[in-house]
This record gives sequence, structure tokens and C-alpha cells, in this order.
Amino acid sequence: MSNTKYILGSFADPDDMMHGIDKLQANNISIYDCFTPMPIHGIEAKLGVRPSRLPIAAFCFGALGTTLGFSLLYYTMVYDWPMNIGGKPSFAMPNFVPVTFEVTILLCALGMVATFFFRNHLFPGRTPRVMDLRATDDRFILAVDAKENTDHALIDSLLKEAGAVEVKYNDRKYVSYE
Amino acid sequence: MTGKDITYAKITDDILLPVENKPNKAWWIGFTVAVLGALLWVVSVSYTFWTGIGAWGLNKTVGWAWDITDFVWWVGIGHAGTLISAVLLIFRQNWRNSINRSAEAMTIFAVICAATYVVAHMGRPWLAYWIFPLPNQFGSLWVNFNSPLVWDAFAISTYFTVSLVFWYCGLLPDIATIRDRATGLKQKIYSVLSFGWNGSVKTWQRFEIVSLILAGISTPLVLSVHTIVSMDFATSVIPGWHTTIFPPYFVAGAIFSGFAMVQTLLLILRKVMNFENYITMFHIESMNIIIMTTGSIVGVAYLTELFIAMYSRSEYEMYAFENRMLGPYAWAYWSMMTCNVISPQLFWFKKIRTSIPISWILSIVVNIGMWFERFVIIVTSLHRDYLPSSWAMFYPTWTDVGIFVGSIGLFFTLFLLFLRFLPGIAIAEVKLLLKSSSLQHKTKLAQEGAFPAEQVEYFQESLEKYDSVTEEEIKELSVRK
Repeated sequence: MSNTKYILGSFADPDDMMHGIDKLQANNISIYDCFTPMPIHGIEAKLGVRPSRLPIAAFCFGALGTTLGFSLLYYTMVYDWPMNIGGKPSFAMPNFVPVTFEVTILLCALGMVATFFFRNHLFPGRTPRVMDLRATDDRFILAVDAKENTDHALIDSLLKEAGAVEVKYNDRKYVSYE
Repeated sequence: MTGKDITYAKITDDILLPVENKPNKAWWIGFTVAVLGALLWVVSVSYTFWTGIGAWGLNKTVGWAWDITDFVWWVGIGHAGTLISAVLLIFRQNWRNSINRSAEAMTIFAVICAATYVVAHMGRPWLAYWIFPLPNQFGSLWVNFNSPLVWDAFAISTYFTVSLVFWYCGLLPDIATIRDRATGLKQKIYSVLSFGWNGSVKTWQRFEIVSLILAGISTPLVLSVHTIVSMDFATSVIPGWHTTIFPPYFVAGAIFSGFAMVQTLLLILRKVMNFENYITMFHIESMNIIIMTTGSIVGVAYLTELFIAMYSRSEYEMYAFENRMLGPYAWAYWSMMTCNVISPQLFWFKKIRTSIPISWILSIVVNIGMWFERFVIIVTSLHRDYLPSSWAMFYPTWTDVGIFVGSIGLFFTLFLLFLRFLPGIAIAEVKLLLKSSSLQHKTKLAQEGAFPAEQVEYFQESLEKYDSVTEEEIKELSVRK
């Protein structure tokens, strides 16, 4: 038994990679992940990746922003220190709109991006979990777990048939940046 | 996108060329001049902080002048970046992919320049935080949320934060590209900056959602920012400021000046950085059309203002506009009219809007005109107030000039540093175009006979104006294989 942990199919063209996914799936070989230099439309559906729930998070953060923004205005302008400006009502709703709106947008953006970074483990200084250095340049990488799928010869031939430029057998999961 | 034999690898190589190599002479010359300008800015701003705003040419009658003019000018310029990245993304205009990165960078640097004026004009800049509702030693006397100046503080800081986040999220995949091609210390630095990006399916999926939603919320945000800036004037009772047309008029003006600045920058950028294949005549012409359209909207707004002043029969309102056109600042008013209303109309001519030197000069003319617009609005409305005995003129001091000229230096310093260390074009997004809107791909499809002959002919005709497409390449389109 070899020490191969992951088999990587390296494609020069995204359409070939999609073709490779079809071939592997037709042969019941599970795909670990794909690493690409650009977003590939339609790949989530093919791999059965569920739609992202980020819009829900964004909406919740936005709603929180509206609530906090409005509460701030109400507390300061109406409750804590109401000002008599020419006898006009201190609860001047139209004047509360701009700041409430800005706080909504701010919290929605920051909250959504923070959620994105948290869920994808993105933060400054994180060691990149990259399987092939060219996946951020010009190669479309299809990774197969070699321990789960033992028929390596079949995987190799399927990937090459689909148009893989190179098939790699990696002993370690990620590229070392040391 | 034009050019031959373009591959994914070539896109990366082309765009990263200025980042991965030592800068050329043009960069060093530009950078030196920009840094000298930035130094002038440091000196002028420090002098202002040291002496107070008495260093400026303000007087009892004209309390706002160059400083606020420059502020509104920079904020307006910033708007085009968000418009290109957000509004064009929502409308699925994929030609934005090659210009959005530099336009967003422009937004951020322009808003930085703008923010410095806000802080500087406060007089006691070390108390700038008083504009935010923080608990304080006065028994929590809060800020007045009925004031547009407070709204502006919220709008500008939100706008800056959201633009920065939008820009940086978009940069992550491209920083990862630099990281994976670099070695040693450079790799370590870009690794930290890349946040550990790896381009997996789930990352890209969430990335696209984040981009789309950020675009969706940035669109109303950008409109709100200049609306609120205009309300700084419109909610006052100064004749010439107190008009309901201000919000849409300011927003159109902002887009107008912003696109002009993008044009000024990109025409140099594509030449110096050899990006002719990515930033093509299509971009230049499209932006000129936007400049022409928004310029016309601004022109209509100027005329509407005049008409409403006359129609109101309000003595003060009518005098404010009469004074603008015929008073001591008539030269500024007519410079504004010429630069903003007449000059963009030249873009109706195809020869002019597809000529690079003329487009560049006109884009600068528009920027000058838009500076005058703000100067005219601010100074001519103030300098003759209700009491003729207090009428006065405004004369700038060297500090006024230094802060303005210096801020242009500051802007270019930041922009040139950006071009040196980060990719000036969004690499990942341009790669999306390779197999959809590139000339190479279209040529292949045409040769295979995918389009009817008259469409190919039309396409060939439209390619003639491109400086990056040779005649051979055009002829090749009609060769059947």
C-alpha cells in the first residue's frame, strides 16, 4: 500500500475539469474538493454542495443594524436628552432615516464578511491549505481522497481521459510553505 | 479582452508583471513627483493644525471655501469606483471586470483624501471624535442627529469601511496568486495578507455571494452618501443652496467626475503597464458615453436651477443666480459651464470618443470643471449674504493651495504604491472572460461558423476602432474553418 494521500488531477481548462467530475462520479469515485483560480459556475450543483446560507446571515446582521441604529437615535434624541428646537417634536422620524440606514449597511457588510471569514477559516496569518501551488494561477485541480478510493489506476485513466494535463500522487495533504 | 494566444497563465503573467518585477523609470518619476506633492500636503496640513484654520483665506462672510470644495470634489470622484464595481456587477456588465479593481482603489484613496479635509476644517482636529455619539463628560450631551453634518460623518465612515471591505475581499484570491508564485519573505508577507485563501469550491461559492450582496448594499449606500453631502447645503437657508434638486444633481455630478478621473487614470495605466489587451477601446468608449450622459444630466440640473430661481420670484434666490452668472465670480461660473456642459457634448462624435489623447484631455477638463462647480456653489452663495455691508471676496492663501495640490500628490502616492504591490486588474475576474468575451474565443466561434455572416461583419466593423487589434486579426474573423 502506497503512502499516497490524495490524487490530484491538474487540468488546464475548466471545461475539462467539469468533464473529469462527470467521469469520476459515473464511476462512483467521491471527489474531495476542487481548487480553481476563478469561480466556476455550476460546479456546486454538480458536486452537490448546498447553496450558501450567507444571505440569511447578511439579512440578520442588517436587521440588527436597523434595530441598533434606531435604538441609538431614539435613546439619545427622545429619551436621554430631548432637545427643544423651536418647539418641534424631539421624535423626528424623517431625520432618523439616514443614520439608521447607514448603520444598517455597515453592520450588514461587516457581519456578513466576518461570517464568511469565520466559516471559511480566513484570517490574517492563517497557513494556506493549498494542495497545488498552481491552483491559484492557471490550473484547475480536482482532488480525490486516495485512502477512500483505492482503485488508483482507474482514477488515473479517468482523469487523463477527461483531459488532465498531469496527475499527481501526493503523500502529504497540503503544500508546505516552509 | 483582445490579444492572441491568451491563456490563463498569460493573464496571470501579464497582470503581475509590475508586481513581480522592479518598477520601471516611469513609475519612479511619477512616484517621486507624487511624494513631493504629498510632502507639500503634510507641511500645509501640519501648518493648519498648528495655527488653526486662520491659516486659510476664510473670512467672516465666506466661512466655507476651498476646503469644503476639495472635500466634495474628492468624495464625488470616489463614487465612480463603487459604481463600477457594484452597479455594473448587479447589471452583469462583465466589461467591468478589468477596470473594477483600480477604480475601487481610486475610491478608497479619494475618500481618504476627502476625510482629511473634514478633520482639518474642524479647527481642533484632536477633538474630531466629538462628531460621534460617545458618552462624554458633559453629562452625555449627545450629537444632534437632526443635523446633516452628523449624518455625513456616519455616511462617509460607513462608505469608507464598506468600500475597503469590498475591495479587500476581491483582492484575496489575487493576493493568493502572488503568494503561490513568490518565495522567501515576499511569500510570507503575501501569505499573511491572503488570509489563507485556497480557492476551494465552498470558498468561491461564498465569495460570489459576498460580492453580490456587498454590491447590492453598496449601490444605495453610494447614492445615500452624496445625497447626504448635498444635504449639508440643501438643508440650510442660504440662497443658492436651499434647493430640492441638490441630491440627484450632486449624485449625477459625482458619477460624472468619478468616471472622468477613472478615465484619466486608466488611459495612463493601460499604456504604462501594457494593459492594452485588458482595458480596451470598448472600456474607453463606454466610459466616455457615461461621462457624456451624466454631463448632460448635470447640464440640465444647472439650467433647472436657473429656471427655478426665476420661477420662484424670490428676490434673494434670483439675486444669488444673477450674481453667479454676472458677478465677480462669473469667470468661475462660466468655466464650470464650459468644462461640464459643453465639453462632454463633444463625445457625441465617434472620432472624439474613440481618440485616446482627446479623451484624456477632456477627462481632465471635466475634473477641473467639477472642482469649479463646487467652488461656485460654495463661495458664490456665501460671499454676498443678506447684509451688503458684509459682502466680501475670497482669496486663497498658500496653505489652501498647498492642501489641495498636496492632496493630489497624496492620492497618486497611494495609487502608485497600490500598482506596485497589488494587481491593478482583478486577475480572477478577468480569467472568467477568457472563454466568454475575449476576441480570441469569439474568433474561434466565428471561424467555426457559430454566427451569421452579417453579425460577424458588424463585429469586424466595431473592431476597427480598437488600437489593440490589428487588421489581420479582423480579417481572420471571416476565415471559415
